Amino acid sequence: MANFSKSNVPQFSVEVYQNAFLPEGGREVNAIVTVTSTGGGTTGGIPLPRAAASPGQVPGYGPGPGPGQGPSAAVVLMVDCSGSMDYPPTKMRNARDATAAAIDTLREGTRFAVVAGTHVAKDVYPGNGQLAVADARTKAQAKEALRRLSAGGGTAIGTWLRLTDRLLGAADVDIRHGILLTDGRNEHEAPEDLRAALDSCAGRFTCDARGVGTDWEVKEVTSIASALLGTADIVADPAGLAADFTQMMENAMGKEVADVALRLWTPVGVEIRFVKQVAPTVEDLTGRRTEAGPRAGDYPTGSWGDESRDYHVCVLVPEAGIGQEMLAARVSLILPDPSGAGAPQVLSQGLVRAVWTDDMVASTSINPQVAHYTGQAELAQVIQQGLDARKSGDFDGATAKLGRAVQLASASGNQDTAKLLSKVVDVVDAATGTVRLKAKVAEADEMTLETRSTKTVRVKK
Amino acid sequence: MKMSESHQQPALARCPGCEEPPASGDLYCGACGYDLSAVPARPDDRPTLAITVPPAVPPAPAPSPAAAVPPTAPHAPDAPTPPAPAVQWPAASETDSSDVPVPVHRATDLPGTDSGGKPLPATPGAHHDDPPTTPPVRHDDRAVVAEPATAVPPDASGDFALAAPDPRTAEPTPTPAAGTKVCVACRSGRVDPDGYCENCGHAQPRERDHMEQELGSVAAVSDRGLRHHRNEDSFAVSSTALPDGSPAVVAIVCDGVSSASRPDEASAAAASAANEALLESLPRGTHPQQAMHEAIVAASEAVNALAQDPPGSAEHEAHRHQNAPACTLVGAIMAGGLLVVGWVGDSRVYWVPDDRTGPPARLTEDDSWAAQMVAAGLMNEAEAYADERAHAITGWLGADSYELEPHTASFKPDRPGLVVVCTDGLWNYAESAEEMAAAVPPEAHRRPLHGAQVLVGHALDGGGHDNVTVALLPFAVEPQGAGSACTTV
Repeated sequence: MANFSKSNVPQFSVEVYQNAFLPEGGREVNAIVTVTSTGGGTTGGIPLPRAAASPGQVPGYGPGPGPGQGPSAAVVLMVDCSGSMDYPPTKMRNARDATAAAIDTLREGTRFAVVAGTHVAKDVYPGNGQLAVADARTKAQAKEALRRLSAGGGTAIGTWLRLTDRLLGAADVDIRHGILLTDGRNEHEAPEDLRAALDSCAGRFTCDARGVGTDWEVKEVTSIASALLGTADIVADPAGLAADFTQMMENAMGKEVADVALRLWTPVGVEIRFVKQVAPTVEDLTGRRTEAGPRAGDYPTGSWGDESRDYHVCVLVPEAGIGQEMLAARVSLILPDPSGAGAPQVLSQGLVRAVWTDDMVASTSINPQVAHYTGQAELAQVIQQGLDARKSGDFDGATAKLGRAVQLASASGNQDTAKLLSKVVDVVDAATGTVRLKAKVAEADEMTLETRSTKTVRVKK
Repeated sequence: MKMSESHQQPALARCPGCEEPPASGDLYCGACGYDLSAVPARPDDRPTLAITVPPAVPPAPAPSPAAAVPPTAPHAPDAPTPPAPAVQWPAASETDSSDVPVPVHRATDLPGTDSGGKPLPATPGAHHDDPPTTPPVRHDDRAVVAEPATAVPPDASGDFALAAPDPRTAEPTPTPAAGTKVCVACRSGRVDPDGYCENCGHAQPRERDHMEQELGSVAAVSDRGLRHHRNEDSFAVSSTALPDGSPAVVAIVCDGVSSASRPDEASAAAASAANEALLESLPRGTHPQQAMHEAIVAASEAVNALAQDPPGSAEHEAHRHQNAPACTLVGAIMAGGLLVVGWVGDSRVYWVPDDRTGPPARLTEDDSWAAQMVAAGLMNEAEAYADERAHAITGWLGADSYELEPHTASFKPDRPGLVVVCTDGLWNYAESAEEMAAAVPPEAHRRPLHGAQVLVGHALDGGGHDNVTVALLPFAVEPQGAGSACTTV
């Protein structure tokens, strides 16, 4: 297994964008770290109908992927079956269809299960407390089982996650992933229960979360995706579920390596201000550090396929004189030893430097990447604050914040977010951020804006 | 500088090697860690021993060395043999900074070696030489730290800074075993493969931070200075023979343009290309002035070629990216009784006669804003050089240079003297020919390497605001008269 996962690990590259020059007395060093993983020997998300590999597989034995095949993966689909899913009844039907479409997208040999979620969780397929191995027969059986799903009961998402964790934990696979669909608030367990479930599942599997309709709580769904390093989104119209589920499953099938961590080493005296993922979405990782040896800490990044993400690292270095140079941080991507005993594998690394100069032109220039993502992070923040203000009746505050959001989105070329904003405010002048709150806003539009507020665009290079 | 002192403090405090944290020389010590030097126990850190000390010395040694020196000068063609010592210069980088302030006290016993320290000449691998030589020096600090190194790092994420200087109390233990590089700043961390300390992150001295080379009668020294984080100057010195067998000595000095990308690569490429061109054309019998012109063109092509390469380093410095690599060049050739100079940019050549009663001279005209102002009669020299635009250069080597105009000039000195080839890092602190002559130690024509060290020291004492590079070529008039010429001093 160790060998296998190693051979399959994609190539990681790390690029550091920063202005290393500080003025006399300068202490804050900002850097954008672009991590790109390529070529893990998979098809990059396209399901592999590897006929040659499946026959001959002994059921019960791991469908050990042959050479050139993707890594072994297990996926659990969590479908909300609470009573509200029947209002309107199309919701339940669409959820069933979407889940079926996702099952069709499963790569042969992938382990999978379907969990029906209400105030309790029940594994409806295969139903024996284990995972099924995807092939034509099991896929058909799973879809048959979906037809028997009916709506009724409450919503306790923590129980769904814990069951999923049990199912995935028993499988000896490289990639563990969950897909969660809900249509309502997590009403039948205390918020602390969900929090505790998330804490216990974090790092054990990744999970995408989707809210269908408009009766769910944005912050609940985004917090699930955030804790489990997956994506969150809204599917306002249940008819769009199938396409979204297929997309999510393709994405999951494209993952090649799990449990990659961003390791930050800093010299003595250097203080870490923050570590954020800034692309494709803003995700503050600062508080999620686990110590990894002297002056080093690991920040979880979950699983990777062929993709590229950006991180913003900000540190405070001790003051030094003009002409001095120091290493402010060493950023590396690491993969823990599969057995858990050996030293982790360093996939790639980059250096963040600090150089003190009396050249004002050098020290005052802001790296365009840093400037861009500082703006994108602020954009996510002001949207959130603006919508919160709007909900609480503070319309002046909401106007100011959303105005600033419009300004930032337009200046940075974040078209998608600009479009979403325009459904909530009337833009008078985007350049100055002059806006008026719309008198009537569709609930779905507001929820979409809130859910997608953390999506960023990359700087044009 | 004053301001920097306060900031210096922490860094210095961590550098137990420096005994005088608050002194203005602190940056110098902290940056280069000159305790690594192979020059053992130096009595003091007096930065300038330049002019005051030597005068006392020369009178006595003058006569005898005079006899000794002429032989070496004429034998310049033989000099190529010493390339062995020439190999020592990588080693010198570690020794480097310590040498600059080195007083004359070494001079008597080993004039030739005081640059690299005696152990170095033999082995280029300086690192391994260090430990043996260091014990007498400030070894105690380093030794101490080597132990705490293991003790401190564990969780000492707090203020380690203060802990470092204290350990000084301990005794010199030869802990830094051969091969182990210990941080020059904090003395406790090992140096990682990227050249940074594994404990405090401090950048370690690089080979180019300080370079020295002595080759027969020509010598050059280059230093990072006190305010720049890397040395973007470069030089090349060499000697060859004309077709008639008479010696030809070459010195090239280049100054990378900081506002362009990869200035350090530009200067290194230019210096080496010009030098190689001369080593090829001079023995063929090309007239030295023509050869100089061609060498500048060759250097220019070498720098232009860099523009096509992808950036070598992974640093993404937005403000530097627009400009192609660029540098200045100045060179001097002594051959067949001629002194030929060539230049592009604002690096200079000065002439300092051995008989100081004669007038010194500057032999180059800067391609610079200030020089143009003066030439156009719009400002006098003092006004022009006081202007902040003074150093904006109007000619350089590099792909974005409008039109390359190599300047060359040929002189036939009628008396012995010293040719000073330098970057503005030096002449900023000795602008006029008279000031430069005053900065050149009297015996520099006999000990050019020492003279170059003293001149670099002069610039560092003045503030070392830029990289400093200087090459010295003693010019003797006639072979047989050389002995007397020198003694006439």
